[in-house]
Amino acid sequence: MMMSLGVVDREFHVFRGLPDADGEHIGEVKSFTVPVQPGWVVLDALLYLQAHNAPDLAIRWNCKAAKCGSCAAEINGLPSLMCKTRLDHMPLDKPVLVRPMRTFPLIKDLVTDVSWNYEVNKRITPFTPYNDDQSTWRYFQEDADRVQEFRKCIECFLCQNSCHVIRHHRKFNHFAGPRFLVRLASLEMHPLDVADRIPFTKEEAGIGLCNITKCCTERCPEGIRITDNAIIPLKERVVDRYYDPITMLLHKIGIK
Amino acid sequence: MMSVHYETKTYDVLVIGAGGAGLRAAIEASAQGVSVALVTKSLLGKAHTVMAEGGMAAALSYVDADDCWQAHYKDTIRGGKYLSNFRMAELHAKEAPERVKELEKWGAVFDRTPDGRILQRPFGGHTYRRLAHVGDRTGLELIRTLQDKGIHCGIDVHMECTMTHLLKDGDQVAGAFGYWRESGRFILINAKSVILCTGGIGKAYKVTSNSWEYTADGQAMAMKIGAELIDMEFLQFHPTGMVCPPSVKGILVTEAVRGEGGKLANALGERFMKNYDPERMELSTRDIVAKAIYTEVKEGRGSPNGGVFLDISHRGADYIKRKLPSMYHQFLELGDVDITKGPMEVGPTMHYTMGGVRVHPETQEVLNVTGLYAAGEVSGGLHGGNRLGGNSLSDLIVFGQRAGQHAAEFAKQQTILPKINDEEVKGYAEELVAPFERDSKAETPYQIQADLQELMNNKVGIVREEQGLKEAIEELQVLKARAKVARVDGSRAYNPGWHLSHDIHNMILVGEVVARAALQRTESRGGHTRLDHLQPDNEHWRFVNSTIRLNESGELDVSTYEKPQMDEALRDLFEKSDELAITQSKQKI
Repeated sequence: MMMSLGVVDREFHVFRGLPDADGEHIGEVKSFTVPVQPGWVVLDALLYLQAHNAPDLAIRWNCKAAKCGSCAAEINGLPSLMCKTRLDHMPLDKPVLVRPMRTFPLIKDLVTDVSWNYEVNKRITPFTPYNDDQSTWRYFQEDADRVQEFRKCIECFLCQNSCHVIRHHRKFNHFAGPRFLVRLASLEMHPLDVADRIPFTKEEAGIGLCNITKCCTERCPEGIRITDNAIIPLKERVVDRYYDPITMLLHKIGIK
Repeated sequence: MMSVHYETKTYDVLVIGAGGAGLRAAIEASAQGVSVALVTKSLLGKAHTVMAEGGMAAALSYVDADDCWQAHYKDTIRGGKYLSNFRMAELHAKEAPERVKELEKWGAVFDRTPDGRILQRPFGGHTYRRLAHVGDRTGLELIRTLQDKGIHCGIDVHMECTMTHLLKDGDQVAGAFGYWRESGRFILINAKSVILCTGGIGKAYKVTSNSWEYTADGQAMAMKIGAELIDMEFLQFHPTGMVCPPSVKGILVTEAVRGEGGKLANALGERFMKNYDPERMELSTRDIVAKAIYTEVKEGRGSPNGGVFLDISHRGADYIKRKLPSMYHQFLELGDVDITKGPMEVGPTMHYTMGGVRVHPETQEVLNVTGLYAAGEVSGGLHGGNRLGGNSLSDLIVFGQRAGQHAAEFAKQQTILPKINDEEVKGYAEELVAPFERDSKAETPYQIQADLQELMNNKVGIVREEQGLKEAIEELQVLKARAKVARVDGSRAYNPGWHLSHDIHNMILVGEVVARAALQRTESRGGHTRLDHLQPDNEHWRFVNSTIRLNESGELDVSTYEKPQMDEALRDLFEKSDELAITQSKQKI
């Protein structure tokens, strides 16, 4: 990929607004011109705007290196991290449109209220090792690999934002969303963990609502194969437990 | 005049900052059975700890059986140029293994040894392979593990809430005052003890690996109620930050690249570390590698974009993608460089504040302020003149735990909440809203921060000299005056310009502390290099730490204090060659 040479004036359309009483996004898209330098990402341009044109522009960001997951937004309609979206990879002749994540209530401008996610996490049974004698704990890199893929998650909540079960059907009370199905998978597949989160996965996390359209996987900036590696194996465990006749029978008579 | 109304919450223990130290402190305090508030400027799990990459140092001895806490202790003392607080370094080396194992107990999934235990990697200045790690995203693993533990401990987490002033009742801390970022409304937290875990000062610098939050809040707040800052001349310039394109300049390139075998070369293709530290080469300590890179570039042997080359491609694409996945993606996506195929360009970046608030080495209680504690980067002592890579994450969990324990014990001894002076608090509130009332043609704080960053980089940066430092101190007074009249647009709701209008004062104040401490130390040692005093001056400076406090007229008093002696038993660990450095002469300095 070639970097463009020198500074280029580019047009940005940035959502500015405040919520109404229900958190709906009320506001308008404002137009700005920014002298963009080679190698810039969208966040560079917005920080430039803050410093020069709109000092009160609300942006949420921390690391600017795709490690913290704070700066999730919708760029030209695609849920993305602002710190990872290169401007020289986008068409020069079109304005760059930046809007807040649509799924969550607005706080201001590009910042949304993602507190629901933190509430979901609290309901998940934490890591529960099979014994307390840590000196006996042994597991191998092959076992770790599977879990480490899930633990790469930087909680940007782009998957939650992209998931139609939440975004369009607003199932906040019935569905945990891809992020927390990944978290459940990281615990269920932890080689030392013995807690049973399958009933929770079925009932409260509502895994049945996911119809594997893979929008979450597509938008994950960490490249976690959310659907294939986390959700589908969890779905299989739920099916084995609740819908497989033999397992159901064994379960009834107390054999796990 | 805008509303200065504020809400009040009460707790036994207030923890300010939710990175590794803050989370660990809150978990410990909560375990002692007291009520705990954990306040963070960002969302939970986003603190700067998340950016730590290479690992945490602990003598677990899983990989090298010969490793032991004594060896870790020696490495830390030597790496810190003998300026570390000896007791802190001892506790750190002894307790780090237990704290790391505890993380595994709470669900952390470290990379594994062939026999199924926690894998440890080599790092600069560590004699043995010592760093427990998860690829190159160890900080994420640390913070997520503590976060997921913390949410089940009954801690009240207040996110996106900034504390701007510490409050006192007599000699004792009484809580803190600040605002909710979302609404801009004021909040006061009245608490029996307070733990500062607010991190460093990196955002006072132009080229830095630090996130926006690193605005010296804790250092400034603590000084204003009587605390001392020590060793503030010692800043760590990490040898390897990205240099190209300009917008990513400063982003960290983990030391694990060198730990995994990465080689540094200059434009002539020379492995130049052989001229600076032939024994340890790329795995020398950070102060030495950073200065070596600085020198190569300055003497005209730099890479096209003003850095040097770091090459790991000989390890093969599979290995690199497995052990250094973030680096692979970071360079591919932000720098258009495939590090599995060729070298990356790197250069020094402001990374860590070795100095900080002076604390009791065992309890972490802040000197001169009863009931106030500090842990992690905001505190000083452990790292002395130079921090070893991997010693920061272990610092967070060792001293976070200690601060949490002692702050909770202190709170339990208090029968009543300290008193709050309402008039004082209203004064702080008025001070915070004042920028809204200013001339609409005045400048915003953004330009002041940019000028501060330029100034600190150029005159209080990786190398310093008397003239430049004196100029910097004068220019800082001008910035101070500009910050006092900077304007803020819009409302108090989620307004970054307004937030910066307060933070900028902290950065300027602590920037001056660094400059004055650097001016005082007329020698070069560790993370402090004086071009006009290039050698260590052992006669005057070997046994003294610098200390700075705000006096009653609001000026900075700079002085030194003599280090406490090392315990006799610990002294025996060292060889003849160290003896001069650790054995204080009877003669007064």
